[in-house]
Amino acid sequence: MGIIKRLGLNFSWFKKLFKKRKARIGIYGPPNAGKTTLANRIVRDWTGDAMGSVSHIPHETRRARRREGVTIECNGSSVTLDIIDTPGLATKIDFHDFMAFGMTEDEAKRRAKEATEGVIEAVKWLDDLDGVILVMDATEDPYTQVNVVVIGNMEARKLPLLIAANKIDLPTSSPARIHSAFPQHPLVPISALEGQNIDALYQQISEHFG
Amino acid sequence: MIKGIQMDLISEDKLNGMTSMEKVRLILDEVRNGKILVLETGLTPSEQTKLIELTMTEIAPDDFSGIEIESYPVKQSDTFLNKLLGKTSLKTRLTVIGPASQLKTIKKDRDLISAFVSTP
Repeated sequence: MGIIKRLGLNFSWFKKLFKKRKARIGIYGPPNAGKTTLANRIVRDWTGDAMGSVSHIPHETRRARRREGVTIECNGSSVTLDIIDTPGLATKIDFHDFMAFGMTEDEAKRRAKEATEGVIEAVKWLDDLDGVILVMDATEDPYTQVNVVVIGNMEARKLPLLIAANKIDLPTSSPARIHSAFPQHPLVPISALEGQNIDALYQQISEHFG
Repeated sequence: MIKGIQMDLISEDKLNGMTSMEKVRLILDEVRNGKILVLETGLTPSEQTKLIELTMTEIAPDDFSGIEIESYPVKQSDTFLNKLLGKTSLKTRLTVIGPASQLKTIKKDRDLISAFVSTP
């Protein structure tokens, strides 16, 4: 038995002081960009589980979900992260939009109410993160206010941000358009659904959040 | 009498004299009254998140569905003094805000915001 143990000394506070906390990484983006699909892909690839259900109806994720201790190994190095899948950020939520997907008025109103709460939760999480993966739909215009707000917040806080230009499996996608809009941030074109180029994303995650 | 939508253009000086909460409250009150606001220098990133948060608390079915907000991406301010001190500060830019039911963005890029305004 070591001399420290024999003397009954406890240095746990010392270890805590110098132990690097796992980085908390939030997955952000507008509704239907593929945030939960990406969160599921990452968590499934490295732990075998899933994080949440996905749907073509916007605001399927209405509560933030955290998965702790996801270890990503890439090129001999590894990084352990807490992954937070957040509800889609929006500045407007109209229950009529949900009724267009066949929901009853009551269901649509309930979903809209939960969606507003989800947006607030996603905004609050920004204060507790060490970095963000911003998921953008590469088939859409990148200059959305949600993208501008998330990028502005990360730049103001001087926290690392990685852009995942998602849906490159679709013919109208254009990651180059996103890159020209926000050239100051690293970007990885991916298809979270098909797993296309996902190893390049893991490489960037380990470089930026490790 | 001319019928239409009132548009208020708020100067940088007026915005500089207000606290974050005053700005957010003013924006929401005016937008809920059906006005379109143009802010000369826009809002800081933290003010924008405050505005989103407060907007969400005020959304109500058949009454208020939220706001349409569009601004140019913030710019890094690279003044000589900042460079000398190794600091970077962010410069917010022109921002347009209105009721989501009446203001719709058609196109937006780094230096152009094109929007459609409809009467209630």
